[in-house]
Amino acid sequence: MHKELWNDAAGGFHPASAPDYLPEQALREVQLRRLRAVVDHAYNNVALFRARMEARDLTPDSIQSLADIAKLPFTVKADLRDTYPSGLFAVPMGDVVRLHASSGTTGKPIVVAYTREDIQVWSEVMARALACYGLHRGDILQNAFGYGLFTGGLGVHYGAETLGATVVPISGGNTDRQLMVIRDFGVSALCCTPSYFAHMLERADELGIDIRASSLRVGVFGAEPWSNAMRHRVEELAGIRAYDVYGLSEIVGPGVASECTEQHGLHLFEDHFYPEIIDPETGEPLPDGEEGELVITTLSKRAMPMIRYRTRDITAIIPERCACGRTLRRMRRIERRSDDMFIIRGVNVFPSQVEAALLAVEGTLPHYQIILTRSGGLDQITVEVEVTAEVFSDKVRALEDVRARLAQSIERILGIRVILRLVEPRTIERSQGKAKRVIDRRHD
Amino acid sequence: MKLQQLSLFLENRPGQLGAPLEAIAAEGINILTLSLADTAQFGILRLIVREWEQAKQIFEQGGWVVKQTEVVAVDVLDRPGGLASALAVLEAAELNIEYMYAFSLRRDDKAILIFRFEDPDRAIEVLLENGLHVVETEELMRHVG
Repeated sequence: MHKELWNDAAGGFHPASAPDYLPEQALREVQLRRLRAVVDHAYNNVALFRARMEARDLTPDSIQSLADIAKLPFTVKADLRDTYPSGLFAVPMGDVVRLHASSGTTGKPIVVAYTREDIQVWSEVMARALACYGLHRGDILQNAFGYGLFTGGLGVHYGAETLGATVVPISGGNTDRQLMVIRDFGVSALCCTPSYFAHMLERADELGIDIRASSLRVGVFGAEPWSNAMRHRVEELAGIRAYDVYGLSEIVGPGVASECTEQHGLHLFEDHFYPEIIDPETGEPLPDGEEGELVITTLSKRAMPMIRYRTRDITAIIPERCACGRTLRRMRRIERRSDDMFIIRGVNVFPSQVEAALLAVEGTLPHYQIILTRSGGLDQITVEVEVTAEVFSDKVRALEDVRARLAQSIERILGIRVILRLVEPRTIERSQGKAKRVIDRRHD
Repeated sequence: MKLQQLSLFLENRPGQLGAPLEAIAAEGINILTLSLADTAQFGILRLIVREWEQAKQIFEQGGWVVKQTEVVAVDVLDRPGGLASALAVLEAAELNIEYMYAFSLRRDDKAILIFRFEDPDRAIEVLLENGLHVVETEELMRHVG
């Protein structure tokens, strides 16, 4: 059916993308209908949610308009931990076809569940995300997101198959093989974390492989915040367009929002994920255009509905309509997570600010690490940056100058003194998934 | 007339110097001369070897950052004032020296000065015009080897 609509090498239109273009009124109607259904579903099947509703004298009938969503209680990450592993599941285990779990850096992971329908929705939104980058049937997508409990690998995999693209399920790691496959398979799109891609470029350079000369034209990067400066850098180095994909396991995984070829904000697939921006201090909803914390309600998830889930991601809804023609609202790229933020001498700092400062100094590749220490009761920030062939000089003065420029660039942005240490290549641990940018030794 | 010098970035902590030297030694590459410039935090190892292309490859594959630069070697008599006379020539011509290092050859009673100039070609011209002897790689090999 609708075969003529299928994306093909000629750049057709994939039927899964149809909701991207819904007239606003129709979209709001779909959202309200689904919101009422999901609140009803959660109320009747999730004890924690029902108890919180009752404590506020709310019933599913309290939701008569989209604005009524503000009456509902928030869900936070701790709720998933406290009910580990399955306390927020809303269907019997017999209806759950898949479990994923987040990497719990401290203590227990959080577990998320999917029914068969949930997997279909996830596959569809991820296919729409890939279509946003101009990918279609005939594209060969190398999926270097990790396969396993992490949602990234399988999420992108199902999305790419739904789109009709060819998937190479290589998973993370074995960088030399990744580079070989890009070249030998004629790969046109690559999916991984931005820090891993930086590592691949570095390895390609060592091996004398010019990625620019390969068939690769699209990079799909996500699972960690990355700066626009880094985007420009990898686009230039690899001769690709680099796009942001957004998602989180608690909501579904990758495919909650994605950039389009305009590269100006991420379209939220809001027919399935209802976005709100709130003031993180007061919890009050903020109007479009104002910066705050992103809160998402899953409108169609059955196995594990999330009502007003606080993502800890800081962004703003872009009120203007996108030039690409999609009616879905966009949010600004997330360069900051309130979880990643650290406070040093009373200053709030995000790793992405340090990254942008480093990239502002010509010729540096973003292999860096931030180390926080305390000496004599005073917090200190040390930024270790790997020396690259581009900045290295045989002259001490020139190298000292690079070091000073990097330090000043960071100090200008943070307003505090930093110790900048140049380190040998490959001394900072490489991550094949999410990079660990900050090491806090203040409480050791 | 110019010699190829390799420079490596090293962190200034114990044991950092040994590894790159061992890497080229394992391939039978002999070091003609080297110098180490260091600050509290990092060091720059500069060395001259005959098989510099092979050494550069070994360093790169070993994950070091390597830079290849052209330096100029001059030999002077190994006696008081030997270096000063060469420097006087360079000073008179207003040639800027980025850095230099030196070593003496007991056998020939000579000292070899290695100069890093901003403009090595012009420096060679000046040196030759003033009757100084610019040492080439093969010659350096004979001296050292």
